[in-house]
Amino acid sequence: MATHKISLTVNGVLEQAEVPSNMVLLTLLRERLGLTGAKNGCAAGECGACTVIMDGEPVNSCLVLAVEADGSEIVTVEGLSSESGLDPLQEAMIEVSGTQCGFCTPGVLISARAFLDRTPSPSEDEIKEALRGNLCRCTGYVRIVESVKIAAKGG
Amino acid sequence: MKSVRPGLPEFDYIRAETIEQVSELLKNGKPSRLLMGGTDVFVQMRDGAFSPAILVDVKHLPGMQSIQKTGNKGLRIGAAVDLNTLAGHPEVVKSFPLLAEAAQSVASYQLRSRATMGGNLCNASPAADTAPAALVLEAILVAQGSNGERRIPAHDFFTGPGQNALQDGEILTSIEIPPPPKGPVGRYLKLGRNAEGDLAIVGVAVLGYADKTSESGFRFRMALSSVAPTPIRVPTAEDILESRTIGDETISAAAQAARKTAKPIDDVRASAGYRSAMVEVHARRALHAVWTALGREA
Ligand SMILES: Cc1cc2nc3c(=O)[nH]c(=O)nc-3n(C[C@H](O)[C@H](O)[C@H](O)COP(=O)(O)OP(=O)(O)OC[C@H]3O[C@@H](n4cnc5c(N)ncnc54)[C@H](O)[C@@H]3O)c2cc1C
Ligand code: FES
Ligand code: FES
Repeated sequence: MATHKISLTVNGVLEQAEVPSNMVLLTLLRERLGLTGAKNGCAAGECGACTVIMDGEPVNSCLVLAVEADGSEIVTVEGLSSESGLDPLQEAMIEVSGTQCGFCTPGVLISARAFLDRTPSPSEDEIKEALRGNLCRCTGYVRIVESVKIAAKGG
Repeated sequence: MKSVRPGLPEFDYIRAETIEQVSELLKNGKPSRLLMGGTDVFVQMRDGAFSPAILVDVKHLPGMQSIQKTGNKGLRIGAAVDLNTLAGHPEVVKSFPLLAEAAQSVASYQLRSRATMGGNLCNASPAADTAPAALVLEAILVAQGSNGERRIPAHDFFTGPGQNALQDGEILTSIEIPPPPKGPVGRYLKLGRNAEGDLAIVGVAVLGYADKTSESGFRFRMALSSVAPTPIRVPTAEDILESRTIGDETISAAAQAARKTAKPIDDVRASAGYRSAMVEVHARRALHAVWTALGREA
Protein backbone atom coordinates (compact mmCIF):
# COMPACT_ATOMS: atom_id res chain seq x y z
CA MET A 1 0.00 0.00 0.00
CA ALA A 2 1.21 3.48 -0.82
CA THR A 3 2.41 5.77 1.94
CA HIS A 4 2.45 9.54 1.86
CA LYS A 5 4.61 12.16 3.51
CA ILE A 6 2.30 14.81 4.84
CA SER A 7 2.61 17.94 6.91
CA LEU A 8 -0.20 19.69 8.67
CA THR A 9 -0.70 22.16 11.49
CA VAL A 10 -2.38 20.71 14.56
CA ASN A 11 -3.38 23.15 17.29
CA GLY A 12 -0.82 25.59 15.95
CA VAL A 13 2.07 23.09 15.81
CA LEU A 14 3.51 21.97 12.47
CA GLU A 15 3.48 18.16 12.35
CA GLN A 16 5.01 15.85 9.76
CA ALA A 17 4.12 12.22 9.29
CA GLU A 18 4.35 9.37 6.86
CA VAL A 19 0.93 7.75 6.62
CA PRO A 20 -0.52 4.77 4.75
CA SER A 21 -3.32 5.58 2.28
CA ASN A 22 -5.98 3.98 4.44
CA MET A 23 -5.22 5.82 7.70
CA VAL A 24 -7.97 8.22 8.73
CA LEU A 25 -7.27 11.59 10.31
CA LEU A 26 -8.77 10.39 13.61
CA THR A 27 -6.20 7.59 13.84
CA LEU A 28 -3.36 9.96 12.99
CA LEU A 29 -4.44 12.34 15.75
CA ARG A 30 -5.04 9.69 18.41
CA GLU A 31 -2.40 7.07 17.72
CA ARG A 32 0.46 9.02 16.15
CA LEU A 33 0.12 12.44 17.74
CA GLY A 34 -1.27 11.29 21.08
CA LEU A 35 -4.24 13.64 20.90
CA THR A 36 -6.91 11.39 22.36
CA GLY A 37 -9.58 14.06 22.84
CA ALA A 38 -11.40 13.20 19.60
CA LYS A 39 -13.08 9.82 20.07
CA ASN A 40 -13.99 6.91 17.83
CA GLY A 41 -17.68 6.38 18.52
CA CYS A 42 -19.02 4.88 15.31
CA ALA A 43 -16.43 5.26 12.52
CA ALA A 44 -19.33 6.10 10.22
CA GLY A 45 -20.11 9.80 10.42
CA GLU A 46 -23.08 9.35 12.72
CA CYS A 47 -22.07 10.26 16.27
CA GLY A 48 -19.78 13.28 15.95
CA ALA A 49 -17.43 12.15 18.75
CA CYS A 50 -14.52 12.44 16.29
CA THR A 51 -15.33 16.00 15.21
CA VAL A 52 -12.31 18.28 14.65
CA ILE A 53 -11.95 21.59 12.86
CA MET A 54 -10.21 21.35 9.49
CA ASP A 55 -9.38 24.64 7.76
CA GLY A 56 -12.07 26.39 9.79
CA GLU A 57 -14.86 23.87 9.26
CA PRO A 58 -15.88 21.02 11.57
CA VAL A 59 -15.49 17.56 9.98
CA ASN A 60 -15.96 13.95 11.08
CA SER A 61 -12.29 12.91 11.32
CA CYS A 62 -13.30 9.24 11.01
CA LEU A 63 -14.31 9.98 7.40
CA VAL A 64 -11.29 12.03 6.31
CA LEU A 65 -8.06 10.33 5.24
CA ALA A 66 -4.91 11.55 6.95
CA VAL A 67 -3.44 12.12 3.47
CA GLU A 68 -6.43 14.30 2.57
CA ALA A 69 -5.51 16.53 5.52
CA ASP A 70 -2.06 17.21 4.04
CA GLY A 71 -1.41 20.96 4.21
CA SER A 72 -4.44 21.69 6.36
CA GLU A 73 -4.91 23.36 9.71
CA ILE A 74 -6.52 21.18 12.35
CA VAL A 75 -7.92 22.19 15.71
CA THR A 76 -8.83 19.50 18.23
CA VAL A 77 -10.33 19.88 21.69
CA GLU A 78 -6.79 19.99 23.08
CA GLY A 79 -6.33 23.24 21.13
CA LEU A 80 -9.34 25.05 22.59
CA SER A 81 -7.70 26.10 25.83
CA SER A 82 -4.60 28.27 26.00
CA GLU A 83 -2.12 29.65 28.54
CA SER A 84 -4.73 32.16 29.55
CA GLY A 85 -7.30 29.51 30.42
CA LEU A 86 -10.17 27.44 29.12
CA ASP A 87 -12.42 28.36 26.20
CA PRO A 88 -15.62 30.09 27.40
CA LEU A 89 -17.50 27.03 26.14
CA GLN A 90 -15.47 24.77 28.39
CA GLU A 91 -16.08 27.11 31.35
CA ALA A 92 -19.80 27.06 30.61
CA MET A 93 -19.83 23.25 30.34
CA ILE A 94 -18.30 23.02 33.80
CA GLU A 95 -20.64 25.65 35.22
CA VAL A 96 -23.84 23.82 34.20
CA SER A 97 -22.46 20.26 34.37
CA GLY A 98 -22.92 19.86 30.64
CA THR A 99 -20.81 16.74 30.65
CA GLN A 100 -21.61 13.35 32.18
CA CYS A 101 -19.48 10.39 31.00
CA GLY A 102 -17.67 12.89 28.77
CA PHE A 103 -17.35 10.72 25.67
CA CYS A 104 -19.25 13.10 23.40
CA THR A 105 -17.85 16.27 25.01
CA PRO A 106 -14.76 16.90 22.84
CA GLY A 107 -16.85 16.59 19.68
CA VAL A 108 -19.60 18.77 21.11
CA LEU A 109 -17.10 21.45 22.13
CA ILE A 110 -15.50 21.49 18.70
CA SER A 111 -18.83 21.63 16.84
CA ALA A 112 -20.05 24.36 19.17
CA ARG A 113 -16.82 26.39 18.86
CA ALA A 114 -16.98 26.33 15.05
CA PHE A 115 -20.67 27.18 15.26
CA LEU A 116 -20.22 30.19 17.57
CA ASP A 117 -17.41 31.44 15.36
CA ARG A 118 -19.81 31.58 12.41
CA THR A 119 -22.96 32.46 14.43
CA PRO A 120 -22.02 34.61 17.45
CA SER A 121 -25.60 35.23 18.71
CA PRO A 122 -27.56 32.09 17.94
CA SER A 123 -31.15 31.14 18.74
CA GLU A 124 -31.88 27.92 20.60
CA ASP A 125 -33.07 26.28 17.37
CA GLU A 126 -29.87 27.25 15.62
CA ILE A 127 -27.83 25.71 18.44
CA LYS A 128 -29.77 22.45 18.20
CA GLU A 129 -29.44 22.40 14.43
CA ALA A 130 -25.67 22.97 14.67
CA LEU A 131 -25.27 20.13 17.16
CA ARG A 132 -27.49 17.72 15.20
CA GLY A 133 -24.42 15.63 14.34
CA ASN A 134 -23.22 15.21 17.94
CA LEU A 135 -24.97 12.42 19.78
CA CYS A 136 -24.82 12.20 23.58
CA ARG A 137 -25.64 8.73 24.87
CA CYS A 138 -25.99 10.14 28.37
CA THR A 139 -28.64 12.35 26.74
CA GLY A 140 -27.55 15.50 28.53
CA TYR A 141 -28.73 17.70 25.71
CA VAL A 142 -30.49 20.34 27.79
CA ARG A 143 -27.32 21.28 29.61
CA ILE A 144 -25.21 21.07 26.47
CA VAL A 145 -27.50 23.58 24.78
CA GLU A 146 -27.48 25.66 27.97
CA SER A 147 -23.69 25.85 27.99
CA VAL A 148 -23.59 27.00 24.36
CA LYS A 149 -26.09 29.75 25.23
CA ILE A 150 -23.97 30.89 28.17
CA ALA A 151 -20.78 30.91 26.10
CA ALA A 152 -22.53 32.88 23.35
CA LYS A 153 -23.52 35.53 25.89
CA GLY A 154 -19.85 35.83 26.80
CA GLY A 155 -19.77 33.46 29.77
CA MET B 1 -25.32 -6.06 14.44
CA LYS B 2 -21.62 -5.29 14.22
CA SER B 3 -20.44 -3.63 17.40
CA VAL B 4 -17.13 -2.28 16.12
CA ARG B 5 -16.49 -1.18 12.55
CA PRO B 6 -13.18 -2.40 11.17
CA GLY B 7 -10.61 0.02 9.76
CA LEU B 8 -10.49 0.73 6.05
CA PRO B 9 -9.16 -2.05 3.83
CA GLU B 10 -5.87 -1.37 2.00
CA PHE B 11 -5.82 0.79 -1.12
CA ASP B 12 -3.57 3.32 -2.84
CA TYR B 13 -4.81 6.88 -2.60
CA ILE B 14 -4.13 9.07 -5.62
CA ARG B 15 -5.00 12.75 -5.80
CA ALA B 16 -5.83 13.50 -9.43
CA GLU B 17 -4.90 16.90 -10.86
CA THR B 18 -6.22 16.52 -14.43
CA ILE B 19 -9.06 14.71 -16.19
CA GLU B 20 -6.52 12.99 -18.47
CA GLN B 21 -4.81 11.55 -15.42
CA VAL B 22 -8.13 10.14 -14.20
CA SER B 23 -8.86 8.55 -17.58
CA GLU B 24 -5.40 6.92 -17.57
CA LEU B 25 -5.87 5.61 -14.03
CA LEU B 26 -9.30 4.20 -14.80
CA LYS B 27 -7.98 2.51 -17.95
CA ASN B 28 -5.14 0.63 -16.27
CA GLY B 29 -7.45 -2.21 -15.32
CA LYS B 30 -6.99 -2.12 -11.54
CA PRO B 31 -10.24 -2.01 -9.57
CA SER B 32 -10.64 1.65 -8.77
CA ARG B 33 -13.13 3.94 -7.19
CA LEU B 34 -13.68 7.67 -7.46
CA LEU B 35 -13.57 9.72 -4.26
CA MET B 36 -14.99 13.12 -3.39
CA GLY B 37 -16.19 13.72 0.20
CA GLY B 38 -15.92 10.02 1.03
CA THR B 39 -19.01 10.05 3.25
CA ASP B 40 -20.51 7.22 1.21
CA VAL B 41 -17.27 5.63 -0.02
CA PHE B 42 -15.59 5.18 3.39
CA VAL B 43 -18.71 3.96 5.17
CA GLN B 44 -19.41 1.45 2.38
CA MET B 45 -15.77 0.28 2.38
CA ARG B 46 -15.79 -0.24 6.14
CA ASP B 47 -18.97 -2.25 5.75
CA GLY B 48 -17.20 -4.43 3.17
CA ALA B 49 -19.26 -3.36 0.15
CA PHE B 50 -16.15 -3.01 -2.04
CA SER B 51 -12.40 -2.90 -1.76
CA PRO B 52 -10.76 -0.99 -4.61
CA ALA B 53 -7.00 -1.21 -5.34
CA ILE B 54 -6.92 2.52 -5.95
CA LEU B 55 -8.99 5.40 -4.74
CA VAL B 56 -8.85 8.35 -7.14
CA ASP B 57 -9.56 11.66 -5.42
CA VAL B 58 -11.23 13.84 -8.05
CA LYS B 59 -12.40 16.75 -5.91
CA HIS B 60 -9.33 18.88 -6.70
CA LEU B 61 -9.75 18.75 -10.48
CA PRO B 62 -10.08 22.24 -11.98
CA GLY B 63 -13.56 23.74 -11.53
CA MET B 64 -14.90 20.92 -9.35
CA GLN B 65 -15.44 23.14 -6.30
CA SER B 66 -16.80 26.30 -7.89
CA ILE B 67 -20.29 27.65 -8.45
CA GLN B 68 -20.75 29.91 -11.47
CA LYS B 69 -23.65 31.71 -13.07
CA THR B 70 -24.40 30.63 -16.61
CA GLY B 71 -26.26 32.75 -19.18
CA ASN B 72 -29.89 33.60 -18.29
CA LYS B 73 -29.51 33.08 -14.54
CA GLY B 74 -28.75 29.38 -14.60
CA LEU B 75 -26.01 27.91 -12.42
CA ARG B 76 -23.11 25.57 -12.99
CA ILE B 77 -22.31 23.73 -9.77
CA GLY B 78 -18.99 21.89 -9.60
CA ALA B 79 -19.62 18.24 -8.71
CA ALA B 80 -17.37 18.51 -5.64
CA VAL B 81 -19.03 21.57 -4.09
CA ASP B 82 -19.77 20.59 -0.50
CA LEU B 83 -23.34 20.71 0.77
CA ASN B 84 -22.76 23.52 3.31
CA THR B 85 -21.30 25.74 0.61
CA LEU B 86 -24.20 24.84 -1.67
CA ALA B 87 -26.84 25.52 1.01
CA GLY B 88 -25.29 28.89 1.87
CA HIS B 89 -24.37 30.16 -1.59
CA PRO B 90 -26.14 33.49 -2.27
CA GLU B 91 -27.12 32.56 -5.86
CA VAL B 92 -28.49 29.19 -4.79
CA VAL B 93 -30.43 30.72 -1.91
CA LYS B 94 -31.80 33.47 -4.17
CA SER B 95 -32.71 31.56 -7.33
CA PHE B 96 -32.98 27.94 -6.22
CA PRO B 97 -33.96 27.92 -2.52
CA LEU B 98 -35.41 24.44 -2.99
CA LEU B 99 -31.91 23.14 -3.68
CA ALA B 100 -30.50 24.95 -0.63
CA GLU B 101 -33.26 23.42 1.51
CA ALA B 102 -32.54 19.92 0.15
CA ALA B 103 -28.78 20.26 0.73
CA GLN B 104 -29.35 21.55 4.25
CA SER B 105 -31.54 18.56 5.09
CA VAL B 106 -28.64 16.10 4.73
CA ALA B 107 -27.17 14.63 7.92
CA SER B 108 -25.28 17.13 10.08
CA TYR B 109 -23.20 20.28 9.59
CA GLN B 110 -19.90 18.43 9.98
CA LEU B 111 -20.93 15.71 7.54
CA ARG B 112 -22.06 18.33 5.02
CA SER B 113 -18.71 20.08 5.15
CA ARG B 114 -17.29 17.02 3.35
CA ALA B 115 -20.33 15.56 1.52
CA THR B 116 -20.78 16.84 -2.04
CA MET B 117 -23.77 17.21 -4.35
CA GLY B 118 -22.01 15.22 -7.07
CA GLY B 119 -21.28 12.39 -4.64
CA ASN B 120 -24.88 12.42 -3.47
CA LEU B 121 -26.17 12.06 -7.04
CA CYS B 122 -23.51 9.52 -8.17
CA ASN B 123 -24.13 7.33 -5.14
CA ALA B 124 -27.67 7.14 -6.55
CA SER B 125 -29.36 6.12 -3.35
CA PRO B 126 -33.17 6.16 -3.68
CA ALA B 127 -32.95 8.39 -0.57
CA ALA B 128 -30.49 10.94 -2.01
CA ASP B 129 -31.81 14.28 -0.78
CA THR B 130 -30.48 16.46 -3.60
CA ALA B 131 -31.96 14.14 -6.25
CA PRO B 132 -35.62 15.29 -6.09
CA ALA B 133 -34.40 18.89 -6.34
CA ALA B 134 -32.22 17.98 -9.34
CA LEU B 135 -35.26 16.32 -10.94
CA VAL B 136 -37.71 19.18 -10.51
CA LEU B 137 -35.11 21.79 -11.46
CA GLU B 138 -34.43 19.64 -14.56
CA ALA B 139 -30.69 19.71 -13.92
CA ILE B 140 -28.19 18.50 -16.50
CA LEU B 141 -25.40 16.28 -15.20
CA VAL B 142 -22.19 16.93 -17.09
CA ALA B 143 -19.79 14.00 -17.39
CA GLN B 144 -16.27 13.82 -18.82
CA GLY B 145 -14.79 10.67 -20.27
CA SER B 146 -12.05 9.80 -22.71
CA ASN B 147 -14.56 10.53 -25.51
CA GLY B 148 -15.19 14.04 -24.24
CA GLU B 149 -18.19 15.57 -22.56
CA ARG B 150 -21.63 14.04 -22.19
CA ARG B 151 -24.70 15.90 -20.88
CA ILE B 152 -27.19 13.71 -19.05
CA PRO B 153 -30.61 15.04 -18.00
CA ALA B 154 -31.31 14.27 -14.33
CA HIS B 155 -34.33 12.14 -15.27
CA ASP B 156 -32.05 9.77 -17.24
CA PHE B 157 -29.32 9.62 -14.61
CA PHE B 158 -30.73 7.30 -11.95
CA THR B 159 -30.99 3.79 -13.33
CA GLY B 160 -31.48 1.67 -10.20
CA PRO B 161 -30.62 1.57 -6.49
CA GLY B 162 -26.96 2.63 -6.37
CA GLN B 163 -26.82 2.66 -10.19
CA ASN B 164 -26.29 5.68 -12.43
CA ALA B 165 -26.00 6.30 -16.15
CA LEU B 166 -22.24 7.02 -16.13
CA GLN B 167 -20.18 4.67 -18.26
CA ASP B 168 -16.86 3.13 -17.29
CA GLY B 169 -14.22 5.84 -17.31
CA GLU B 170 -16.73 8.69 -17.10
CA ILE B 171 -16.73 11.09 -14.19
CA LEU B 172 -19.31 13.64 -13.17
CA THR B 173 -17.76 17.11 -13.30
CA SER B 174 -20.66 19.51 -12.83
CA ILE B 175 -24.37 19.91 -12.40
CA GLU B 176 -26.04 22.57 -14.51
CA ILE B 177 -29.24 24.10 -13.27
CA PRO B 178 -31.12 25.73 -16.14
CA PRO B 179 -32.62 29.20 -15.60
CA PRO B 180 -35.65 28.96 -13.32
CA PRO B 181 -39.13 29.61 -14.72
CA LYS B 182 -40.55 33.01 -13.76
CA GLY B 183 -41.64 33.42 -10.11
CA PRO B 184 -41.15 29.82 -9.04
CA VAL B 185 -41.81 28.55 -5.53
CA GLY B 186 -40.13 25.36 -4.38
CA ARG B 187 -40.31 23.24 -1.24
CA TYR B 188 -38.53 20.08 -0.12
CA LEU B 189 -40.25 18.18 2.68
CA LYS B 190 -38.32 15.35 4.26
CA LEU B 191 -39.62 12.87 6.77
CA GLY B 192 -36.91 11.05 8.75
CA ARG B 193 -37.13 8.82 11.80
CA ASN B 194 -35.93 11.68 13.97
CA ALA B 195 -34.65 15.22 13.72
CA GLU B 196 -31.04 14.03 13.69
CA GLY B 197 -30.51 14.22 9.96
CA ASP B 198 -31.53 10.68 9.27
CA LEU B 199 -31.96 9.39 5.72
CA ALA B 200 -35.42 10.16 4.38
CA ILE B 201 -38.34 7.78 4.85
CA VAL B 202 -40.07 9.96 2.30
CA GLY B 203 -38.85 13.10 0.54
CA VAL B 204 -41.06 15.32 -1.62
CA ALA B 205 -39.84 18.18 -3.79
CA VAL B 206 -42.37 20.49 -5.42
CA LEU B 207 -41.80 23.42 -7.75
CA GLY B 208 -44.76 25.55 -8.86
CA TYR B 209 -45.14 28.67 -10.99
CA ALA B 210 -47.81 30.63 -12.81
CA ASP B 211 -48.10 29.91 -16.53
CA LYS B 212 -51.00 31.23 -18.63
CA THR B 213 -50.52 28.51 -21.24
CA SER B 214 -51.62 25.76 -18.86
CA GLU B 215 -55.32 25.06 -18.25
CA SER B 216 -55.08 25.68 -14.51
CA GLY B 217 -52.90 28.73 -15.03
CA PHE B 218 -50.02 27.01 -13.23
CA ARG B 219 -47.36 24.42 -13.79
CA PHE B 220 -46.05 22.08 -11.14
CA ARG B 221 -43.17 19.67 -10.98
CA MET B 222 -43.01 17.02 -8.29
CA ALA B 223 -40.34 14.46 -7.40
CA LEU B 224 -40.04 11.87 -4.64
CA SER B 225 -37.16 10.18 -2.85
CA SER B 226 -37.02 6.95 -0.84
CA VAL B 227 -40.22 5.47 -2.22
CA ALA B 228 -39.05 3.74 -5.42
CA PRO B 229 -35.86 2.04 -6.70
CA THR B 230 -34.68 5.50 -7.82
CA PRO B 231 -35.70 9.08 -7.11
CA ILE B 232 -38.67 9.76 -9.43
CA ARG B 233 -40.77 12.52 -11.01
CA VAL B 234 -44.55 12.23 -10.69
CA PRO B 235 -46.05 13.22 -14.07
CA THR B 236 -49.56 12.02 -13.12
CA ALA B 237 -49.71 14.49 -10.21
CA GLU B 238 -48.25 17.25 -12.38
CA ASP B 239 -50.93 16.66 -15.05
CA ILE B 240 -53.74 16.90 -12.50
CA LEU B 241 -52.39 20.21 -11.21
CA GLU B 242 -52.09 21.64 -14.69
CA SER B 243 -55.52 20.56 -15.96
CA ARG B 244 -57.89 21.22 -13.05
CA THR B 245 -58.78 24.35 -11.10
CA ILE B 246 -56.46 24.27 -8.12
CA GLY B 247 -57.93 24.01 -4.65
CA ASP B 248 -58.12 21.51 -1.81
CA GLU B 249 -59.67 18.83 -3.99
CA THR B 250 -57.15 19.05 -6.79
CA ILE B 251 -54.26 19.10 -4.34
CA SER B 252 -55.64 15.98 -2.62
CA ALA B 253 -56.07 14.24 -5.99
CA ALA B 254 -52.48 15.07 -6.93
CA ALA B 255 -51.22 13.77 -3.59
CA GLN B 256 -53.13 10.52 -4.16
CA ALA B 257 -51.54 10.26 -7.60
CA ALA B 258 -48.13 10.57 -5.93
CA ARG B 259 -49.04 7.73 -3.60
CA LYS B 260 -50.05 5.56 -6.57
CA THR B 261 -46.82 6.30 -8.41
CA ALA B 262 -44.65 5.42 -5.40
CA LYS B 263 -43.38 1.83 -5.19
CA PRO B 264 -41.98 1.77 -1.67
CA ILE B 265 -40.33 -1.15 0.09
CA ASP B 266 -40.03 -2.27 3.71
CA ASP B 267 -36.65 -1.55 5.27
CA VAL B 268 -35.11 -0.74 8.64
CA ARG B 269 -36.41 2.79 8.51
CA ALA B 270 -40.08 2.20 7.67
CA SER B 271 -42.60 -0.25 6.26
CA ALA B 272 -43.89 0.05 2.71
CA GLY B 273 -47.40 0.76 4.01
CA TYR B 274 -46.26 3.61 6.22
CA ARG B 275 -44.18 5.07 3.40
CA SER B 276 -47.17 4.94 1.05
CA ALA B 277 -49.36 6.80 3.51
CA MET B 278 -46.62 9.34 4.18
CA VAL B 279 -46.06 10.03 0.47
CA GLU B 280 -49.64 11.22 0.25
CA VAL B 281 -49.47 13.29 3.44
CA HIS B 282 -46.17 14.94 2.55
CA ALA B 283 -47.09 15.51 -1.08
CA ARG B 284 -50.25 17.27 0.11
CA ARG B 285 -48.34 19.37 2.63
CA ALA B 286 -45.66 20.32 0.12
CA LEU B 287 -48.31 21.30 -2.45
CA HIS B 288 -50.22 23.37 0.09
CA ALA B 289 -47.02 25.11 1.14
CA VAL B 290 -46.13 25.95 -2.46
CA TRP B 291 -49.69 27.00 -3.29
CA THR B 292 -49.81 29.33 -0.28
CA ALA B 293 -46.39 30.76 -1.10
CA LEU B 294 -47.63 31.49 -4.63
CA GLY B 295 -50.09 33.79 -2.87
CA ARG B 296 -53.13 31.57 -3.30
CA GLU B 297 -55.61 30.04 -0.95
CA ALA B 298 -56.68 26.45 -1.15
C1 LIG C 1 -24.04 9.57 8.93
C2 LIG C 1 -24.48 9.80 7.50
C3 LIG C 1 -25.69 10.44 7.26
C4 LIG C 1 -26.10 10.66 5.95
N1 LIG C 1 -27.28 11.30 5.75
C5 LIG C 1 -27.70 11.54 4.49
C6 LIG C 1 -28.93 12.22 4.27
O1 LIG C 1 -29.62 12.65 5.20
N2 LIG C 1 -29.33 12.41 2.98
C7 LIG C 1 -28.59 11.99 1.93
O2 LIG C 1 -29.00 12.19 0.79
N3 LIG C 1 -27.41 11.34 2.11
C8 LIG C 1 -26.96 11.11 3.36
N4 LIG C 1 -25.77 10.44 3.56
C9 LIG C 1 -25.01 9.94 2.40
C10 LIG C 1 -23.84 10.82 1.89
O3 LIG C 1 -23.35 11.65 2.90
C11 LIG C 1 -24.25 11.67 0.70
O4 LIG C 1 -24.72 10.85 -0.33
C12 LIG C 1 -23.10 12.56 0.18
O5 LIG C 1 -23.61 13.65 -0.52
C13 LIG C 1 -22.10 11.82 -0.69
O6 LIG C 1 -21.13 12.74 -1.18
P1 LIG C 1 -19.56 12.45 -1.04
O7 LIG C 1 -18.88 13.60 -1.68
O8 LIG C 1 -19.21 12.13 0.33
O9 LIG C 1 -19.45 11.17 -1.99
P2 LIG C 1 -18.35 10.01 -2.02
O10 LIG C 1 -18.53 9.11 -0.89
O11 LIG C 1 -16.99 10.58 -2.23
O12 LIG C 1 -18.82 9.30 -3.38
C14 LIG C 1 -20.13 8.76 -3.52
C15 LIG C 1 -20.20 7.84 -4.73
O13 LIG C 1 -20.01 8.54 -5.95
C16 LIG C 1 -18.86 8.03 -6.64
N5 LIG C 1 -18.22 9.23 -7.17
C17 LIG C 1 -17.56 10.18 -6.44
N6 LIG C 1 -17.18 11.18 -7.24
C18 LIG C 1 -17.58 10.87 -8.50
C19 LIG C 1 -17.50 11.54 -9.76
N7 LIG C 1 -16.91 12.75 -9.89
N8 LIG C 1 -18.03 10.94 -10.84
C20 LIG C 1 -18.63 9.73 -10.72
N9 LIG C 1 -18.76 9.06 -9.56
C21 LIG C 1 -18.25 9.62 -8.45
C22 LIG C 1 -18.06 7.31 -5.61
O14 LIG C 1 -17.23 6.31 -6.18
C23 LIG C 1 -19.15 6.74 -4.73
O15 LIG C 1 -19.70 5.60 -5.32
C24 LIG C 1 -25.31 10.22 4.86
C25 LIG C 1 -24.08 9.59 5.11
C26 LIG C 1 -23.66 9.38 6.41
C27 LIG C 1 -22.34 8.71 6.66
S1 FES D 1 -16.64 8.34 15.13
FE1 FES D 1 -16.76 9.77 13.54
S2 FES D 1 -18.84 10.29 13.58
FE2 FES D 1 -18.77 8.68 15.03
S1 FES E 1 -21.82 12.89 28.29
FE1 FES E 1 -21.87 10.78 27.97
S2 FES E 1 -22.17 10.68 25.83
FE2 FES E 1 -22.49 12.73 26.23
